[in-house]
Amino acid sequence: MAGTLAEKVWEAHLVRRGSDGSPDLLYIDLHLVHEVTSPQAFEGLRLTGRPVRRADLTIATEDHNTPTLDIDLPIADLTSRTQIDTLRNNAREFGVRIHSLGDADQGIVHQVGPQLGLTMPGLTVVCGDSHTSTHGAFGALAFGIGTSEVEHVLATQTLPLTPFKTMAITVNGDLPPGTTSKDIILAIIAKIGTGGGQGYVLEYRGEAIRKLSMEARMTICNMSIEAGARAGMIAPDETTFEYLAGRPHAPEGADWDAAVEYWKTLRSDDDAEFDAEVVLEAADLEPFVTWGTNPGQGLPLSASVPVPADIADEGDRVTAAKALEYMGLEGGTPLRDITVDTVFIGSCTNGRIEDLRSVAKVLRGRTKADDVRVLVVPASARVRLQAEAEGLDVIFKEFGAEWRNAGCSMCLGMNPDQLAPGERAASTSNRNFEGRQGKGGRTHLVSPLVAAATAVRGTLSSVSDLDLDEDVDLATFDGTPLAPLSAPSFV
Amino acid sequence: MEKFSTHTGVGVPLRRSNVDTDQIIPAVYLKRVTRTGFEDALFAAWRGDPSFVLNQEAYSAGSVLVAGPDFGTGSSREHAVWALKDYGFRVVLASRFADIFRGNSGKQGLVAGVVAQEDVELLWKVLETRPGTEVTVDLEAKTATADDVTVPFQIDDYTRWRLMEGLDDIGLTLQHEADITAFEEQRASWRPKTLPAKHLPSVPIEPARPVG
Repeated sequence: MAGTLAEKVWEAHLVRRGSDGSPDLLYIDLHLVHEVTSPQAFEGLRLTGRPVRRADLTIATEDHNTPTLDIDLPIADLTSRTQIDTLRNNAREFGVRIHSLGDADQGIVHQVGPQLGLTMPGLTVVCGDSHTSTHGAFGALAFGIGTSEVEHVLATQTLPLTPFKTMAITVNGDLPPGTTSKDIILAIIAKIGTGGGQGYVLEYRGEAIRKLSMEARMTICNMSIEAGARAGMIAPDETTFEYLAGRPHAPEGADWDAAVEYWKTLRSDDDAEFDAEVVLEAADLEPFVTWGTNPGQGLPLSASVPVPADIADEGDRVTAAKALEYMGLEGGTPLRDITVDTVFIGSCTNGRIEDLRSVAKVLRGRTKADDVRVLVVPASARVRLQAEAEGLDVIFKEFGAEWRNAGCSMCLGMNPDQLAPGERAASTSNRNFEGRQGKGGRTHLVSPLVAAATAVRGTLSSVSDLDLDEDVDLATFDGTPLAPLSAPSFV
Repeated sequence: MEKFSTHTGVGVPLRRSNVDTDQIIPAVYLKRVTRTGFEDALFAAWRGDPSFVLNQEAYSAGSVLVAGPDFGTGSSREHAVWALKDYGFRVVLASRFADIFRGNSGKQGLVAGVVAQEDVELLWKVLETRPGTEVTVDLEAKTATADDVTVPFQIDDYTRWRLMEGLDDIGLTLQHEADITAFEEQRASWRPKTLPAKHLPSVPIEPARPVG
């Protein structure tokens, strides 16, 4: 029978098929753990006297609560420090591998898995974090789980699950210069809505997707959850295999050959049936920014803030009016006229080396707009090391940006990097919910290129608003890898 | 999870409807790292009120809560069930429960029995007339008895079976451990393992410092 990519990965992990309405039991290949959603799961194991079944399929890192400054000093916030200490103690007690703050392999959990070569095509990957969908970029079935499920996976390496529906999202054509995979996913969410993907696994396909680098694909899959989907996937191809080859945990020798042979079968069959289909033309895209308080409230940068009275649907009208009140915006204001206080470049969505390279290319030789705070936060310590090896940190510092240690940072208000009430940010992260980046903080979600241009001008901007040097090739801004300034070291 | 067949303990009449999970346990307690020790958080907003039922000596050691309709609405936090269990409750009886709360209860071994509202009133009358009266909950017979009053309660067969067998979700899955082991034995060798750990050479990470 013809199958979709998601169905093939599902079938390959069936420990036991459910009957009479009971769920299927699925095997989990890789379990990523962090400090916030794991403490009660480990506690549950202790209370029931159960061990971690497969510590060798489990890896922990510290990211949500960790500071990005003074990481060698004790964590000031006691709750955060307790959660970190608890994770360290649990990892030691249960024999789980952990990469702690200060370790070269520490970083955001969704960067650590891929950069170590642990995330691969055809795996099932779970983590107590909704952005686990990131790993779907490799053709893995990857999704976030709750604390009870974390305990379930620790104890059994399986999860009882009922099958998801499948949705094909096809992006045809070529991305225009100055647009990135972030603009693709923001446009998709604006099109299908924050609930449009509920109950579905999204499969991204089409020419524009195929041309994206691995990191750009990760940005798209990362935000699948923002469309309400549990997971997003992209069929593996040569780009995937190239990214993986030679990484610390990538298969070697005969195992590599067997793996690649299998991975090549991981694509939706031509006659596979999806439960829903969406089509986008990449050529129609331009840099996208959000104006409201959910990721679906986004528009092309050339547009203006919506006027609630013009919105036909009453529910949408009320939601928009409420969002504008929170955001402190007037309907009808051109998006380009919005002044920001802070620019945040980082997170599991856009804190990778390619993101930092493309930002550096825009910032090089410039200085930041007055009164704008610019934070550049690598997704992992390895990304930081790589950026420093390429001299990107010097470009950021000369521009006037702060160059930080790795972590979730200002993506969420759980660590010291937060917006003050009323402070407005252009942010490369994934959620613009009320209070997400700090109580009363106002978030505009943007691509790294828009973030960089905004840092230069102080208002929401795209690279086309800048007088770019002739030697800057705009074509390299489409998310494809830039030529490294020094030898790559597998970040 | 402990097997549940019958339980006898002091009944606590909670004459309130729509007790949501924020009332059962406020959000401020969710930052804790433990799964036990939430007894002080249970009904935290009401515990300061001397007239609150659990602050009365006859009821303070209660283990069978008899509540008004729509118990456990609101957020999905599992902490609500943990708090009830940590306090010592084994059973909650009400005429209606929020779905997620009822599901969470089943996972954690707390019996959430649906009792007709007129029977809830009968139980309340006994428990309020004679504070400290014990209630016997028989899961096999699906009845709750306080003195001379016996009322039936409803619970779905699957949850009842799991509770009587003492099977949590994990316990149930582990019944199929042979299937899991068999699956693991045919797992392809290219699939990754986190241990033994492999990584690039370790290098010191320089701490970033505040600017200016």
